[in-house]
Amino acid sequence: MRLERRSASSLGWQLLSPLIAVTLAMLTASALFAALGHAPLQVLELLFIAPVSDAYGLSELALKMTPLLLCATGLALCFRAGVWNIGAEGQYLAGCLVGGSVALALNSPDGPTVWYLCSAVVAGAAGGAVWAAAVALLRTRFHCSEVLTSIMLNYVALYLLLWAVGGPLKDPAGYSFPESALLEEAMLLPPLVQGYRAHVGFAASLLALAVLWTVVSRTLLGFKISVVGDSQAAARHAGFSEHRVVWTVLLSCGALAGLAGVMTVTGPVGQLTPHLSSGYGFTAIIVVFLGRFHPLGLLLAAALLALSFIGGENLQIELGLPKSIALMFQGLLLFFLLATELLTHYRLVPRE
Amino acid sequence: MDLIFIADLLAATLAATVPLALCVTGVVIGERSGVLNLGQEGIMLMGAVCAFMVALNSGSYLLASLAGAAVGAAMGAAFALLTLVFQSNAVATGLALTIFGTGLSAFLGEAYVGESISGLGPLLPEALRTVPLLGPVFFGHDALFYAALVLCLLVHRVLHTQRVGLMVSAVGENPETAHRLGLPVLRTRWLTAIIGCAFTGLGGAYLAIVYTPLWTEGMTAGRGWIALALVVLAGWRVSWGLLAAFGFGFISISNLVLQGLGVTIPVNLLATLPFVMCLLALVIVSSGRRSEREPPRSLGQTYIKEN
Repeated sequence: MRLERRSASSLGWQLLSPLIAVTLAMLTASALFAALGHAPLQVLELLFIAPVSDAYGLSELALKMTPLLLCATGLALCFRAGVWNIGAEGQYLAGCLVGGSVALALNSPDGPTVWYLCSAVVAGAAGGAVWAAAVALLRTRFHCSEVLTSIMLNYVALYLLLWAVGGPLKDPAGYSFPESALLEEAMLLPPLVQGYRAHVGFAASLLALAVLWTVVSRTLLGFKISVVGDSQAAARHAGFSEHRVVWTVLLSCGALAGLAGVMTVTGPVGQLTPHLSSGYGFTAIIVVFLGRFHPLGLLLAAALLALSFIGGENLQIELGLPKSIALMFQGLLLFFLLATELLTHYRLVPRE
Repeated sequence: MDLIFIADLLAATLAATVPLALCVTGVVIGERSGVLNLGQEGIMLMGAVCAFMVALNSGSYLLASLAGAAVGAAMGAAFALLTLVFQSNAVATGLALTIFGTGLSAFLGEAYVGESISGLGPLLPEALRTVPLLGPVFFGHDALFYAALVLCLLVHRVLHTQRVGLMVSAVGENPETAHRLGLPVLRTRWLTAIIGCAFTGLGGAYLAIVYTPLWTEGMTAGRGWIALALVVLAGWRVSWGLLAAFGFGFISISNLVLQGLGVTIPVNLLATLPFVMCLLALVIVSSGRRSEREPPRSLGQTYIKEN
């Protein structure tokens, strides 16, 4: 057998390969669990089925999907333009820090709290955008590879957050924990359905996804982004400014990731703590690949990966397994996804 | 600040240099042949946790070091399989390795958190170690330290002065031409990917069984990423890479320096320093790029063999 390049990438395989990858990742994970002495079916059930078997579970799923979808939407835009922004994590944390600081500064039970809350959310998006702007500046002005600079900025953002919650933003009335004061009830995002934790941010993330899809598929800007991503030479010939596209996608991604951050602070957490991210910015990269850059795909992929986070926590509670299992599963998934991608561009033909 | 304090600082810097130096050397091996593997952080963590497990259970530091290198090599082989055979995107594949390695190392190492091993004792005889100033700085280290140093210098020699090194560069600069000249492009890249990652795994092993010596989740603290940046800074050369690793070894013990000077800076602010310095270094190198500092021309690109 040998490989022959397809003239056009196969649509069938594009749809099939994520499913194959998910199946292979689950099989490998099962083998690993079995090797470690856990019944694979029980583990898979706890990971992927038990967490969403009731309304509460579904609300938790929407809650975890919110930051993933927002980050993935921004990253899809970047990757389409050929900008390897690995910094959604840092942009998310910058959003947490800036948005959370504003929310804490305006923290009050009464007054125009809707406006206070809006300011905090806007500040969070701005914080994320500024963090991404640094990457854009370093790439367009100083020709630094965005891969490395965005990674470095992730760490800087993380340590700044840790410093802030252990220092200037630490709750003076709290115990010795490195945590800020709790936000007032009025400073929190309203829930989608009373009594459940999923909040209006989920609706915002769906809106962001719809807007992205419209921009990418229906506008000149979307076309420019694709051209720059496919061929910089072609973009130059067409007179499209590569710099402008780089700035546009990075600022959009930063703002969306920052939004995800501030919506976690003003959503389920309600204060600044050291543990605001479970690595959403990294997992969102897998969401983009698994979702094949398609809005519906992104939605399904975000649901699966959000589920792996919740399932990981579930495993920790039920079996005492570390929740890092979620990360392991995600890494495996991306691995198999990349391997099966070959079949969308090539076909196997018998050797003559 | 007296001489003894400076000697202690230098010794501590040298010890902190080793994990970075091994990883930098590994990255140079891969990247000179065009292999861009962003999985260094995950590979280093896997090397660290496996070496620690072996050291604790067998008591043998040699076995533990070999285990770290072997796990690194295995992950390098996985990377090569995906990027060279399945022709996957190098950036995404490296990220998958980092995510997978971070998760699996935390999973494997969970039972080992809080366990401790004695670490390796000094290799050289007492008489050498007690030579004033020079003794504590250069002669007080463990066997793995000197082995790592020798390995890195050996790689420097092979890559920059031997025929094999030219072959590797030819493959990295222009794989199509290298192929037409009869060089085995894919086989070269398989080997450099595997050997390079073995170095990274060994770096992780040093961190866990000698430097700290213990295992904690995510204990590499970004060293894999820093190494990738240092290679750019070093212009893809082992010698400059070792120097850069020494510089960043010093930055990573800056808390000791400041303590010695009686300055207190919040530990988390200080922790941003290596990353900020990396950014600065990248800016300086990238904006004043000379021709010999260019990356290998085929770095990170998928190679499709002509028939």
